[in-house]
Amino acid sequence: MIKNINVALIGNPNTGKTSVFNALTGLNQKVGNYPGITVEKKQGSCRLDRVTKARILDLPGTYSLNASSMDESVVVELLLNKNDPDFPDVAVVVTDVENLKRNLLLFTQIKDLEIPTVLVINMSDQMQRKGIKIDIEKLEEKLNTSVVLVSTRLNSGVEKLKQILIDYRSISTLPILDSTTIDQDYFENLAKAFPNQSLYKLWLVITQDVNFTKLERQKVPDTTQFKTQPQSYLKKLQQRETIKRYQTINKILKETYSVNREEATDLRSKLDNLLIHKFWGYVIFFLILLTIFQAIFDWSSVPMDFIDSSFAHMSEWIKTQMPAGILTDLIAEGVISGLGGIVIFIPQIAFLFFFISILEETGYMSRVVFLMDRGLRKFGLSGKSVVPLISGTACAIPAVMATRNIENWKERLITILVVPFTTCSARLPVYMILISLVIPNDRLLGINYQGLTLMGLYLIGFLMAIVSASILNRLLKSPNKSYFVVEMPNYKLPLFKNVAITVWEKTRTFVVEAGKIILAISILLWFMASFGPGEKFSNAEQIVTQQYANEAINGLELENKIASFKLENSYIGILGKTIEPLILPLGYDWKIGIALISSFAAREVFVGTLATIYSVESDAEETIKIRMAGEIRNDESRLFNLPAGISLMLFYAFAMQCMSTLAIVKKETNSWKWPSIQLFSMTVIAYLSALMAYQILK
Amino acid sequence: MFPLDHLLIGQKAVIESIETDFLPLKLIEMGCLPGNEISLLHLAPFRDPLYLKIDEAHLAIRKEVAQYIMVKPLMDD
Repeated sequence: MIKNINVALIGNPNTGKTSVFNALTGLNQKVGNYPGITVEKKQGSCRLDRVTKARILDLPGTYSLNASSMDESVVVELLLNKNDPDFPDVAVVVTDVENLKRNLLLFTQIKDLEIPTVLVINMSDQMQRKGIKIDIEKLEEKLNTSVVLVSTRLNSGVEKLKQILIDYRSISTLPILDSTTIDQDYFENLAKAFPNQSLYKLWLVITQDVNFTKLERQKVPDTTQFKTQPQSYLKKLQQRETIKRYQTINKILKETYSVNREEATDLRSKLDNLLIHKFWGYVIFFLILLTIFQAIFDWSSVPMDFIDSSFAHMSEWIKTQMPAGILTDLIAEGVISGLGGIVIFIPQIAFLFFFISILEETGYMSRVVFLMDRGLRKFGLSGKSVVPLISGTACAIPAVMATRNIENWKERLITILVVPFTTCSARLPVYMILISLVIPNDRLLGINYQGLTLMGLYLIGFLMAIVSASILNRLLKSPNKSYFVVEMPNYKLPLFKNVAITVWEKTRTFVVEAGKIILAISILLWFMASFGPGEKFSNAEQIVTQQYANEAINGLELENKIASFKLENSYIGILGKTIEPLILPLGYDWKIGIALISSFAAREVFVGTLATIYSVESDAEETIKIRMAGEIRNDESRLFNLPAGISLMLFYAFAMQCMSTLAIVKKETNSWKWPSIQLFSMTVIAYLSALMAYQILK
Repeated sequence: MFPLDHLLIGQKAVIESIETDFLPLKLIEMGCLPGNEISLLHLAPFRDPLYLKIDEAHLAIRKEVAQYIMVKPLMDD
């Protein structure tokens, strides 16, 4: 018989809690979401001995049980709810050897909930270098629990932790702080109102009141009737509790913990002097950004080209191997091209998160937040908006998800709303083909016009993000004040295992989240392009053959003409024609209209759609380009001339043409309100700037 | 005694009092309590945010919050 126990890993951010989780579970982990909210839920399993298996839950990092963000209230809600299937049999509080005092605040809170609580002191390999000495036995006695020194770097202490977990029942559940010492009257009244309940638990329920959803409310003692003191008084009590806890902790540490400051090296101050220098700090950050962009755009082009051609081949192969018919078309043209549209972004996303996780792991990212906060705050953003804005150059989806650690709701919302303006990589193929069509490949003073245009498009996207952020900053009212408190962790070398797991997890999330939407839309678009109402669509072959009956035309050309005619009369063709009056002033015709609509799956679909519309037999960029260059308007002028080209580029720069992003914004903001506002205003901005550009340049 | 944002870089001080109504609880939990030692390590351009060492924690806070923390500089050191 295998016995399962629930273990919860809890700890402050930057204590290496995730490293401990990784060391315990390896790849036996899965990441999901807590129902209804977008906080990541990391769970894994670990065999402790022959008969015991631990289900390990890696709870979001938190500084205390007084939650101030969604991440933190997840921890509190779980620990207060004995009926939750994840409720821990034993809690493991992971602390950092250098910040033991602060970390113990959380430890004492959890211990006071009367849950068996083990203390892990992580990064113990740093002790000697930092001159730290700990009397473990005495600490165990004072805290009334088991204490383990762990170093995930040296892989030590993990086995001992497992042994302690097996024997968790022997750990005392007596609280450390007597709650009545916080405020005798208040807590004695509370004890009278709710006899036989843990006072500290009740206290947490009262102070966390606002955070509970209706459902969760029923599972904890109902304290709504117990309102003897105003909110401000409760806040005072929370502060008094914190002070009391620190007094207790200080007393314990005085007897068990010593630091010889002489032995401490000053790596932090040396690196800080350089990395947050008023001039060099920015130069270094700029160089790091350059490296990241180099990786995203240059290094990843090799695997991307490979993926692109592989999917094209696969599609061809299926067409030749499977019997011709609707099903084959659906798989070859709808499903495979849809899948290809997702997979092609994997190299860029992986590179992006490789760098971001290294920057986070080393502690450098907090320095960037510090450097950039003031500048970005002017626009209603936060120093913490830097990561989303960088991520946005690869894809808006991970960027929107990266806003989760911005505590201030207004700053987070503004970041989410403006991040799709940054030039994501899906816009690149569109820009490339348009630039090569309408911008001369000449140089002025050695600077290539085409390169300059591309750079201009990146800048204009970023500028629009900043401008709209400032506007939103004025329009939006903030319900709560700034809670900008950023920990500046010690510098350390990144652990390869942590980086690898982050890259894997983020890439997987992207593929799943964006994938299902891109795939669904690709199939829908395929359907709309493959079917049409009325005679014209069903008799396309006949009509076109008759039309060209007297002309010398070879089989392949005729086939292309038929495909083109079919598309024109398909549902999507009709849709394109319907919106034509609307987009005519921008310089587009109904064919471009179709491409605009199909871009909602992913912007780069623009190129492929035009290829189909212009009945180009191959997807090679050169062929499409020649065909596009040859397209003419009613007045015999080129369709893709400079005004129309610029107008299109601006439209793609500003329009919210990505269903996956809208879906993720809906998920992150938990309402349709913000994605609708985003879709509407970005489309208006795109339309007006494209209109202006075309009408002025025409 | 003066507000924290008037401290000089490298200067050490002791926290005298905090205006608890304006400080996020998180800051107090990180050790921003009267009696604890505090020093200003770095300032970003425009003297905001402030990079502090409070007790044993290293953290950055904005100037708007720093003005609610009153400190008394330590003379020697």
